[in-house]
Amino acid sequence: MITHPDQHQAASQSTPPPPLLEVKNLTTEFSTYAGTLRAVDGVSLSLSPGEVFGVVGESGSGKSVTALSIMGLIRRPGRIVSGSVQLRDHGDLLTKSHADMRKIRGDLISMIFQEPMTSLNPVFRVGWQIAEALRLHRNMTKPEAAEQAVELLDRVGIGSPRQRAREFPHQLSGGMRQRVMIAMAMACAPSLLLADEPTTALDVTVQAQILDLMIQLKDRDGAAILLITHDMGVIAEMAQKVAVMYAGVVMEEAAVGDLFDNPMHPYTQGLLDSIPHGTSRGKALKAIPGIVPNLLHLPTGCRYRDRCPAAHAPCARAEPPLHQMSGTTHRVRCWLHHPEPPK
Amino acid sequence: MSDISAKQSELAEAAPDIPARQSLFARLRKNRLSLFGGFLVLISVFMALSAPYLPLQDPNAVDTSVRLSAIGTPGHLLGTDELGRDIMSRLFWGARITLTVSLAATLIAMITGTILGLVSGYFLGWTDTVISRGVDVLMAFPYFLLALTVIAILGPGLLNGMLAIALVNVPFFARIIRGSTLSLRESDFVLAAKGMGAGHTRILFRHILLNSLSTLVVATTINLGFMITAAAALSFLGLGVQPPTSDWGTMLASGRQYLSAAPHTSYLPGLAIFLTVLGFNLLGDGLRDALDPRMRDS
Amino acid sequence: MRGYLLKRLAQTIPVLFGISVLVFSMLHLAPGDPADLLLGSESTPESVAQLRQEMGLDRPLPVQYAAWAGRIVQGDFGRSTVLNREVLPEILKRFKNTLVLTSGALVFAIVFGIGIGILAAVYHQTLFDSVAMLIALAGLSMPTFFTGIVAILIFAMGLQILPSAGMYPARGGDFFDLLRHLLLPAITLGAVSAAILARMTRSAMLEVIQQDYVRTARAKGVGEHRIVWVHALRNASITIVTVLGMQIGYLLGGSVITEAVFSWPGLGQMMVRAIQARDYPMVQGGVLLIAVSFVFINLAVDLIYAWLDPRIRYS
Repeated sequence: MITHPDQHQAASQSTPPPPLLEVKNLTTEFSTYAGTLRAVDGVSLSLSPGEVFGVVGESGSGKSVTALSIMGLIRRPGRIVSGSVQLRDHGDLLTKSHADMRKIRGDLISMIFQEPMTSLNPVFRVGWQIAEALRLHRNMTKPEAAEQAVELLDRVGIGSPRQRAREFPHQLSGGMRQRVMIAMAMACAPSLLLADEPTTALDVTVQAQILDLMIQLKDRDGAAILLITHDMGVIAEMAQKVAVMYAGVVMEEAAVGDLFDNPMHPYTQGLLDSIPHGTSRGKALKAIPGIVPNLLHLPTGCRYRDRCPAAHAPCARAEPPLHQMSGTTHRVRCWLHHPEPPK
Repeated sequence: MSDISAKQSELAEAAPDIPARQSLFARLRKNRLSLFGGFLVLISVFMALSAPYLPLQDPNAVDTSVRLSAIGTPGHLLGTDELGRDIMSRLFWGARITLTVSLAATLIAMITGTILGLVSGYFLGWTDTVISRGVDVLMAFPYFLLALTVIAILGPGLLNGMLAIALVNVPFFARIIRGSTLSLRESDFVLAAKGMGAGHTRILFRHILLNSLSTLVVATTINLGFMITAAAALSFLGLGVQPPTSDWGTMLASGRQYLSAAPHTSYLPGLAIFLTVLGFNLLGDGLRDALDPRMRDS
Repeated sequence: MRGYLLKRLAQTIPVLFGISVLVFSMLHLAPGDPADLLLGSESTPESVAQLRQEMGLDRPLPVQYAAWAGRIVQGDFGRSTVLNREVLPEILKRFKNTLVLTSGALVFAIVFGIGIGILAAVYHQTLFDSVAMLIALAGLSMPTFFTGIVAILIFAMGLQILPSAGMYPARGGDFFDLLRHLLLPAITLGAVSAAILARMTRSAMLEVIQQDYVRTARAKGVGEHRIVWVHALRNASITIVTVLGMQIGYLLGGSVITEAVFSWPGLGQMMVRAIQARDYPMVQGGVLLIAVSFVFINLAVDLIYAWLDPRIRYS
């Protein structure tokens, strides 16, 4: 199911809502013994309330680091070098003190991680782990928070929640663990949820249930979701807007319908060609040749040109800017679509 | 005394597999502390080897006229003990006993433990059950108590003390080698060797043992530090080396009675033991880091 | 949990059996005739023959073992050949003193070892971390008897603030006198364990702090303080408790040396004397008592371990 782009545009034209989250020029670096690498290189994103914004890319493209940067969870040897992360009514998160960020994390912004297996603490009961967020941010007493945790477990569709709350993560299935993660993230009804590959580690049948659950809760609380995935199918099903990331930069950004109907960047085209769908039955799936480049040794000019089937002379000369196509919200970082490529 | 069992789990954690041989020394050298450890070890080995060839006084020459003389006394650079014997000479000759006993005990423990570990990890079944239960019983004794038990059976003495501390450390080697044998026996190259008709002995010694060698080297180095303290402790209690032979442990024990009058008679041999053990521990730490693929990146 | 408990209890049985066989065999493995060894200096051909008869030394070994084990279970550990007294009351009296020393050392090792280990992990790659780990490595290499002598030189002889020997002043004393006398021996005995605990705690904490679930806790808004002391420590404690269990064994065995250095009237010192005097019933009693206590300490540690780790508790 793909949301029709017109619907979205109609909504945003009538009353342009102020963005909930506005990331500008975010740059995050990691120092390693081999040198400093830029995992996120000038990324800008904007999310409206209630919106699902997909970020797609191969592993190592910087999508997880982007989410962790927004959360303020970048730790040594990483650091955020520049940029701003504006949260509506709360100003720039990057200038906040550690104590202030702690109050925001888990309350206004929550995050769900890829591995529900390792993301839950093995020695605490799941009810306790959910209740902790409530005790920290809602000043609830232990019994109040425990009661609320049971209710949250019920809300994420876990049967006999009172009993499950007293169990430990290893006693639950993978899908149930991810439901617990979601319950934990939604405990304080955050306005923004960062979901980092929330379904990647799960069985296919469970994936759909978890995605449905996220949509359900989003609609209920009116939260915006930044959905990080490498799976174009998940994007098609969930997101309204999507950014394609490659080697730390956004290569293309558009409404989901636009992107699927009219992928402009050769990388996006490659990603779409590499997913199986009905019409491709009987044809061989195409894989993008090569691997994500080492961030320490990026090619000069366009960072995708080594693997790009459409690479030509300008690509080696300079890195293309993220160019907005006139009359649309479609933006693309490619000299093919730029009015003035370098000679 | 360094603790064998914690060391053991540290080792088990490290579980070095296939070392990148060519860069081992380079990585070791990067770790200055372990280089310093190697230097300390070299000094004590030098003391032990050179004792007969240096113009030292007779370590057992009694001269009551110079009892307990201080450090820097002419003719006795490091002073004399309660019988007027030259401490420097006794430190050099004591190094021979201490190092020989520890090295021999380690070798005995290593060879016995390795064979037991190889056999039990390779053949499994009842062989493994018998050996593993035996190891369990030995490990059920607090370490030093087992050594005391052996001494109680065999009687005090240099040789018995050596056997005692060797026995205490057999489980340490047996467990490590059994673990590495268990993982190696299913590996492709062992299966390939079996397929080519290699016999048990050849597989065990040529393939499995050779590939456990780095583990064994680290384990032995770490173990040597423990052996030195254990041997010295037995001598200190009067259950190891018997007079007139003396090692660093007995020197320290006899000096203890003159702590206020001549503290150097006890702290000099104590320092010698400490620095040698520190040397082996630093070296063992460095070797483990160098041979451990997991820690290589950090 | 009940299944685990039963399994763990069942495992102690062969170990206890092995220990008892080993202790029983001591007399038979030792060179010389057991009856002769037991009688010591009072040995005459007649008394030897009589004792052989009484002990049933002519009977097969398994029968002798059964008889011996039966007596031990009833609390009859035999008579000391040197003191000519019942063994059990003597070793129990001494064992109590050894436990005082061991507990003191354990407290020191836990407080300093685990405390420094946690701090070193929290302040990873700072000066504190480097210095603490260097001291720990040095502490690990200090033989107990040398630590003891250095402690006596500094605190008893140099500064003269603490006593260097015994449990109480000669005129007798109260609990505070005991504490004063305990301080140096306990620190001496606990030093190596503290060093090992510090190293292991640090590495366990560092490993835990890198885990995904700690990141989850941070994402939840948990503060660093709570991350360390609640989330990370609870997980690291599983490793720490295992190391601690091994350290108790080390402390029980190592107390022999500390007791000798500080003239502490414990079981270890008595055993060294008994070994030198070939007082077999005494040695057997002491070895049996310490080894069996250690088996049960290990059992307790494993139960704590299971209690800390729900993956074992609920499996």
